[in-house]
Amino acid sequence: MVSTTLHINGEEHHLHLDSRVTLLDALREHLGLTGTKKGCDRGQCGACTVLIDGRRVNACLTLVATVTGRSVTTIEGLASVDGLHPIQEAFLKHDGFQCGYCTPGQICSVVALLTELKDQTVSTVTADVRQPLSFPATDEEIRERMSGNLCRCGAYPLILAAIREVMDGTVQQP
Amino acid sequence: MNPFQFYRPTDAHHALELGSAPGAQFLGGGTNLVDLMKGGVAQPRRIIDLTGLPYARVERLADGGVRIGALVRNSDAANHPLVREHYPLLTQALVSGASAQLRNMATVGGNLLQRTRCSYFTDTSFTMCNKRVPGSGCAARDGFNRMHAILGTSEACVATNPSDMSVALTALDAVVQVQNLSGFRSIPMATFLRLPGQTPERDTELKPGELIVGVDLPANPFASHSIYLKVRDRASYAFALVSVAVALDLEGARVRDCRVVLGGVAPKPWRALDSEATLRNSELDEMVIGRAAQGSTSGAQPLTYNAFKVELAQRAVGRALRRAARI
Ligand SMILES: Cc1cc2nc3c(=O)[nH]c(=O)nc-3n(C[C@H](O)[C@H](O)[C@H](O)COP(=O)(O)OP(=O)(O)OC[C@H]3O[C@@H](n4cnc5c(N)ncnc54)[C@H](O)[C@@H]3O)c2cc1C
Ligand code: SF4
Ligand code: FES
Ligand code: FES
Repeated sequence: MVSTTLHINGEEHHLHLDSRVTLLDALREHLGLTGTKKGCDRGQCGACTVLIDGRRVNACLTLVATVTGRSVTTIEGLASVDGLHPIQEAFLKHDGFQCGYCTPGQICSVVALLTELKDQTVSTVTADVRQPLSFPATDEEIRERMSGNLCRCGAYPLILAAIREVMDGTVQQP
Repeated sequence: MNPFQFYRPTDAHHALELGSAPGAQFLGGGTNLVDLMKGGVAQPRRIIDLTGLPYARVERLADGGVRIGALVRNSDAANHPLVREHYPLLTQALVSGASAQLRNMATVGGNLLQRTRCSYFTDTSFTMCNKRVPGSGCAARDGFNRMHAILGTSEACVATNPSDMSVALTALDAVVQVQNLSGFRSIPMATFLRLPGQTPERDTELKPGELIVGVDLPANPFASHSIYLKVRDRASYAFALVSVAVALDLEGARVRDCRVVLGGVAPKPWRALDSEATLRNSELDEMVIGRAAQGSTSGAQPLTYNAFKVELAQRAVGRALRRAARI
């Protein structure tokens, strides 16, 4: 058993759990936060993507005990009292889903993607990793950087359209 | 998953003490270990989370090289300015692996020790696997071995090492820094990962309970002419069928020095010494590239379903050489 204090979507939670529990199961089974989805449970699909200290990770391979003291953001934490997060709006506008099962993971992933682009990180399709990243990011860059989120319904073109819209508004030319 | 005690020490000595107990296993990002625990392949009784240890920095070494701490996440190692500028080959190899999410979790130490993706190893419903159950036989030898090795195999095991990072580290002459209860030791990448021989259950030269604290990269002249090329079944988020790290030190078209290392074809990153010998001191033209490409798989012993890897590796070497030399 482990005792852990988690900060989730701005709220503090004290849990006493079996050390085997993953962050994904803690969220879904112990905290009632079922927005984060379980697809493969083995790091292969991205349905469980959440943000830890602002970085995207797979909750299914994260033991909850390792998250002690860190801050977790799930899909439930993105909207504010003023309304949906701009990425959520863009997914609605562009119909960036069909069944919706992968969507919470996709959206959390996009939140981190935008930060990673601002931070000038490189990807496997970046032509020259010794040079600063060129903006705006190409569709190829976005597809590669979103490859950790599978969509069984194949909504990829519409997901890309949603990301493009949000990105071209938020990512400034350097 | 079997039950285990969980610890999160903040100093290395405490971690080593905790790690000396039977059944203890260290945890980096957990992307390999937790996966293997879910499948019942790994059954640690004690987990020691290393992420509280002070080994998460990238720093310059006095001799001009760079040290990457064992707890640096793969994404941070890839994007560190010192690595991008001086070891772009390593950056490319790191970002070619897994997904953005997994790279944010995975640590450099864990990546070095990730286990094979041989499906007879990862699926415990197969009874034969010498790596998982020593002496049980090798199901892959006469099974579906499309992903398996063509070089460096033994009668006991034909699995490949899946790490992209390790291929680049081998080309860059990296040295693994290790700590144990009696002090520190260094293991060059060239010998860190083992060939299976009669003991495929041992992947590396690391002894039980030893801690990887970092990886040292010596200064080298390769940064402006190096390429990591990865060939896989889909464009992203897949392990390599074949990969190649090429690093050249050019004087005009003449190759002063070089490294050619293959991934996805052997139980460890496979240094193509014949190709390097062809290239060294030669003027790089299509004929030399062709000979170097052909020589890269010398000694290959394909299995039933992976003979395609021979030609694929050769073509990958040729293409990587052209791209690294920009011709
Ligand atoms: C779906 C999927 C796709 C992937 N695709 C790729 C790919 O394309 N290319 C690729 O290269 N990799 C790929 N990976 C593998 C990934 O890179 C590794 O799982 C990761 O690098 C392991 O690092 P970690 O820190 O999570 O290791 P952990 O799982 O924490 O640990 C792995 C092993 O290392 C030991 N360990 C960890 N740190 C230390 C240390 N400092 N000292 C001593 N022992 C230590 C642990 O005890 C354990 O035995 C993929 C993984 C998944 C799940
Ligand atoms: S190739 Fe190695 S890991 Fe795969 S079944 Fe044979 S012994 Fe096991
Ligand atoms: S549920 Fe975590 S990656 Fe599939
Ligand atoms: S919308 Fe159905 S899986 Fe993506």
